[in-house]
Amino acid sequence: MSATTKTLEELTNRKYEAGFITDIEQDTVPPGLDEDIIRFISRKKAEPEWMLEWRLKAYRNWLQMPVPKWANVHYPPIDFQAISYYSAPKRKEDMPQSLDEIDPKLKETYDRLGIPLHEQEMLAGVAVDAVFDSVSVATSYKAKLKEEGIVFCSMSEAIREHPDLVRKYLGSVVPYTDNYYAGLNSAVFTDGSFVFIPKGVRCPMELSTYFRINAANTGQFERTLIIAEEGSHVSYLEGCTAPVRDENQLHAAVVELIALDDAQIKYSTVQNWYPGDEEGRGGVYNFVTKRGLCAGNNSKISWTQVETGSAITWKYPSCVLRGDNSVGEFYSVAVTRGRQQADTGTKMIHMGKNTRSTIVSKGISAGHGQQSYRGLVRITPKAENARNYSQCDSMLMSATCGAHTFPYIDVQNPTAQLEHEATTSKIGEEQILYCNQRGIATEDAVSLIVNGFCKEVFRTLPMEFAVEAQKLMEITLEGSVG
Amino acid sequence: MALLEIRNLHARIQGVEILKGIDLAIERGETHAIMGPNGSGKSTLAKVLAGDPSYEVTGGEVYFQDRNLLELAPEDRAREGVFLGFQYPVEIPGVSNTYFLKAALNAIRKYRGEKELDAMEFLQLIKERAKSVKLDEALLRRPVNDGFSGGEKKRNEIFQLAMLEPYLAILDETDSGLDIDALRTVAEGVNSLRSEERGFLVITHYQRLLSYIIPDKVHVLLHGRIVKSGGKELAEELEGSGYALFDEAAA
Ligand SMILES: Nc1ncnc2c1ncn2[C@@H]1O[C@H](COP(=O)(O)OP(=O)(O)OP(=O)(O)O)[C@@H](O)[C@H]1O
Ligand SMILES: [Mg+2]
Repeated sequence: MSATTKTLEELTNRKYEAGFITDIEQDTVPPGLDEDIIRFISRKKAEPEWMLEWRLKAYRNWLQMPVPKWANVHYPPIDFQAISYYSAPKRKEDMPQSLDEIDPKLKETYDRLGIPLHEQEMLAGVAVDAVFDSVSVATSYKAKLKEEGIVFCSMSEAIREHPDLVRKYLGSVVPYTDNYYAGLNSAVFTDGSFVFIPKGVRCPMELSTYFRINAANTGQFERTLIIAEEGSHVSYLEGCTAPVRDENQLHAAVVELIALDDAQIKYSTVQNWYPGDEEGRGGVYNFVTKRGLCAGNNSKISWTQVETGSAITWKYPSCVLRGDNSVGEFYSVAVTRGRQQADTGTKMIHMGKNTRSTIVSKGISAGHGQQSYRGLVRITPKAENARNYSQCDSMLMSATCGAHTFPYIDVQNPTAQLEHEATTSKIGEEQILYCNQRGIATEDAVSLIVNGFCKEVFRTLPMEFAVEAQKLMEITLEGSVG
Repeated sequence: MALLEIRNLHARIQGVEILKGIDLAIERGETHAIMGPNGSGKSTLAKVLAGDPSYEVTGGEVYFQDRNLLELAPEDRAREGVFLGFQYPVEIPGVSNTYFLKAALNAIRKYRGEKELDAMEFLQLIKERAKSVKLDEALLRRPVNDGFSGGEKKRNEIFQLAMLEPYLAILDETDSGLDIDALRTVAEGVNSLRSEERGFLVITHYQRLLSYIIPDKVHVLLHGRIVKSGGKELAEELEGSGYALFDEAAA
């Protein structure tokens, strides 16, 4: 092993930087799952009867579903009875009216993560709906959004305040029968975000939510629903990180997006869940179902994700292009290091005429990280003149990591045009030497090279998020090549 | 003391000894040329001086401005003022030439305790230097060497040389792959950078370059040893006779 290799190895083995547990009073149910727990959650959230019924139907269906085994990831079977399905921070009053009122410990947690809410509000003009454990604790800029007729609130609040919208759209893109984890989520989801952009409105700010897993043994089941009516535009940012813990934490979120005629939704994620220690112990299991429906003509849904965390990631943000001329995009950077495993990619389902989709996937593997890209492009019989461009690039940073590509193509209409490009490269010791020879230290060289590799994806992120993503990559990959 | 002093340098790669005792001294202000057949170890010498970790130094010493060069990390050698124009410059996709050079220049300045350049100062400098080596400004915005033609890559090396202003510039076959006009520009670039305090080590196969960049000394490298040194006329001699003569002498 050369000297450079060794340095790179050391760089990748860095400990997780956001690891600490906030000591906050929890209101937690004992571990286990049955209909009573679901009733408890529903009652706790003062939900209407139809919501409880839906949850119970989802639960009964889930009981019949087999655990999916097809993903290229390996982990011991999850004991769903060992998980606690509800935990909420205690609040003295009903809801905090401003960020000053949120629990100071919570604020401190965010501050230590480098995402102070107040600064974000002032500097970036971002409306924040922070999800701490399972209940929303801070919602801001509500008044301003309200003027535009935009609804941006927690899912619990939406169920109470906007039951018609929730009832109409919840499960319309990801039904509870869809897959095992989406089924579980439908039964026990505790909170999440709800966004409704009315006809013709361009959301005046980026909407963002920070997720954070905190309570030991508490599964996280977030549910997000974004509806963009005709001609509306919205950009939504999701970012998360979690403290160091011992047991594996299950995170099974569902995100549903609906774009009507001429509407555009951009959904950006920076995901930094705790990946586990060097042996992969204690990391987050991230089994997420994200799907967008381009329901209307000329609509557009764009997913961008930067995935650096989790012990296991199982995630395929997808687009169903039902409207004619609708556009789906998927831009992804995924990093696996240590013992991380990721099976991620996208599905583009072309149904309407002249539908277009773009897939750009950048995978970076270091240490013993294992990564699979799994992508499906389906052109259904009625999708005349559909086009897809897919590009999957993998960068290997050690001799012990792996990258795998599973592209599935299902073309049922002869007018379709598909393009696929794939590359695998090893981060070159020659590239690092070249940088060194110009005075650039190895750590900086690695981040320079990796950020260059990810550029096509980063440039689709909103500005301040791109900077954060770049910083995250630096922290993550300090110690990742070999 | 000399700017660069190499004494009995031995180096190997993957167990194969390539450099078998090199002695070479370059004074400030001097330009030396190294010639030699393919595989004789010219690039090896250049990369060992730059600190390429794939080579193992098995003997000898190298002093650069009184510092033990072999003890320094590659980036510190660069910061001390050693520049290598690579025979095969690598591509760094997604990283713009401008961004790359700013990181490089500021790392060097920081090491030397000089103020880092701000964006405006840097932009001004980069434009001026690009002009001086006739580098197309469009290349500044493009990713480092990515998709550059062979000649553009070489010109980019000279441009970086002009930007970083090292004390010792080692140019490994910077002339190969250049058209005649480019060769002249590169040579002019090098000549304009020649100064009292700076030394050059030019590796080339062609006498033609040396008629533009007139060397103070020429060395013939063969099988990992310098078998002959002389003045600029040695290059002309080689052009006529080839290396066979020395090969016998070395054997
Ligand atoms: N990884 C390696 N393993 C074994 N031998 C190597 C390795 N890398 C280089 N060599 C050998 O080292 C010798 C010197 O190579 P070097 O690149 O220094 O030659 P050069 O004089 O620059 O030649 P050219 O004029 O073709 O550029 C060659 O015989 C080459 O095959
Ligand atoms: Mg060579």
